[in-house]
Amino acid sequence: MIYYDKVSKIYPDKSVALDGISFGVEPKEFVTIVGHSGAGKTTLMKLLIAEDKPTGGTISFESLNVNKLNKKQLNKLRRRVGMVFQDFRLIPNKTVYENIAFAMEASGRSDSQISADVPHVLELVDLSHKIWSFPKELSGGESQRVAIARAIVNNPEIIIADEPTGNLDPANTFEVIRILKKINELGTTVLLTTHNKGVVDAVGGRVITMEKGKIVRDDKSGKYIL
Amino acid sequence: MIITKLKRITRTGFINFWRNGFLSFAAIVVITLSLSSLGGLIFASAFARSMLSEVKDKVDINVYFTLSAQEPDILSLQKDINILPQVASTSYVSSDQALVGFKMRWRDNTLIMQGLDEIGTNPFPASLNIKAKDPGQYGSIASFLDNKNPIDASGVPIIDKVNYAENKIIIDRLSSIIPTVEKSGSVIAIIFVLVAMIVVFNTIRLIIYAARDEISVMKLVGASNTFVRGPFVVSGIMYGFISGIITLIVMAVGAYWGDTLILKLAGVDVAANFQLMVNVFSTYFAKNFGQIFSIIMLSGVVLGGLSSYIAARRYLKV
Repeated sequence: MIYYDKVSKIYPDKSVALDGISFGVEPKEFVTIVGHSGAGKTTLMKLLIAEDKPTGGTISFESLNVNKLNKKQLNKLRRRVGMVFQDFRLIPNKTVYENIAFAMEASGRSDSQISADVPHVLELVDLSHKIWSFPKELSGGESQRVAIARAIVNNPEIIIADEPTGNLDPANTFEVIRILKKINELGTTVLLTTHNKGVVDAVGGRVITMEKGKIVRDDKSGKYIL
Repeated sequence: MIITKLKRITRTGFINFWRNGFLSFAAIVVITLSLSSLGGLIFASAFARSMLSEVKDKVDINVYFTLSAQEPDILSLQKDINILPQVASTSYVSSDQALVGFKMRWRDNTLIMQGLDEIGTNPFPASLNIKAKDPGQYGSIASFLDNKNPIDASGVPIIDKVNYAENKIIIDRLSSIIPTVEKSGSVIAIIFVLVAMIVVFNTIRLIIYAARDEISVMKLVGASNTFVRGPFVVSGIMYGFISGIITLIVMAVGAYWGDTLILKLAGVDVAANFQLMVNVFSTYFAKNFGQIFSIIMLSGVVLGGLSSYIAARRYLKV
């Protein structure tokens, strides 16, 4: 479904973030990418949604070459991908409802679909009671659950979660992982990065270990080894 | 689909306007100040223009005819002059009318009235008052009269004297001052407008800069540029619209205040003599309200909307 082919990324200050990375992700897989900070995990994610361009190599999403898309195609691709970030990135002057509705509006859903799906997806992350709250009124764990709700509301084919538990306490961390696993069981591919050993062990599944911009291990059912 | 999109963009624009209350307030203050300076400029130019036209109106030349000149000859000359493209208007004063005018003016002065009685006959010549469209054109009118040198049936010239030569210095000076005043007025206007535009643009740029992270999230969720930028443009238009209305109110109050100030400075007597000084601003404001309304509202809306459109562009490249 997703293929990285000899992808490298060198930033203008000549620091090498990715060094000839190649791997593929199958549909419905739950792939965890681990590594120290600066190993290139976030860069890897950014390249997939063309938030940044690779210096070399190609990234394909099914038959699409991600870096050869025009604006319109890129917007369409991004609607097929749900993004979850370490810092939540909710829109501060929108309510929880509006934050999630925005993603649906952006992909052209009808008003009736929006008013039906948003409460439903909030129920899924157990935040129905916060529907009219603003992001600043939410705890970190609640914010991240809203971000996940926003990511899944358009029924994406893949969820990309970049250190989603980085700012959360252990209880919230496992709640988020539980939700991601549930989403995966329902048929959505999940690509997760983390440097938290507990998270890797809780997920199970395939683990790719990165170090200094290179893949050093790729285990079918891995454990956190660094 | 397009209608839904437009509806959503407008609604989001309105909501953002309310929720970013403080920023909206700041933007409205800045745009109102800029539009008000534009309004002040409109008033200043109206004032200068009415002063200039008053001065221009005061400049004229008089053609004095000989006492023997016959009225039909004078009227036919008037007709010829009226045809000239540089002439705005002419008015004929017969010698009888001149006498009546003189008597009216000096009716309280017995000495002069006695002297007039002693002469016995009417000593005043008929005259033709000529106003040119532009002060610079009096020279050519005077030379037209020189060349034409009209004569009556018996071959005697009917023009006694043209007072162009006496007025020439004033006329020349005015015709060089007036264009300079007009030109420097437009230069000042352009500078004012440019400064206002830059200030408004930068204010809105700061507002959108504050929302840059939001914009990048919207883009990463897959929203199109129009969908992300639209609400900012709507908010910008609202800033401009509200500022425009406030500016118009400020201008109305300012016009009233300005008129009162002129009356106070010039004194009621002087102001009454110069018709233009009385209520010059409020009259101008009322008379040209449609035009002023369009200029101010359009400037506000375009300035707000366009600034937002341009300012948002740089954060859309995600």
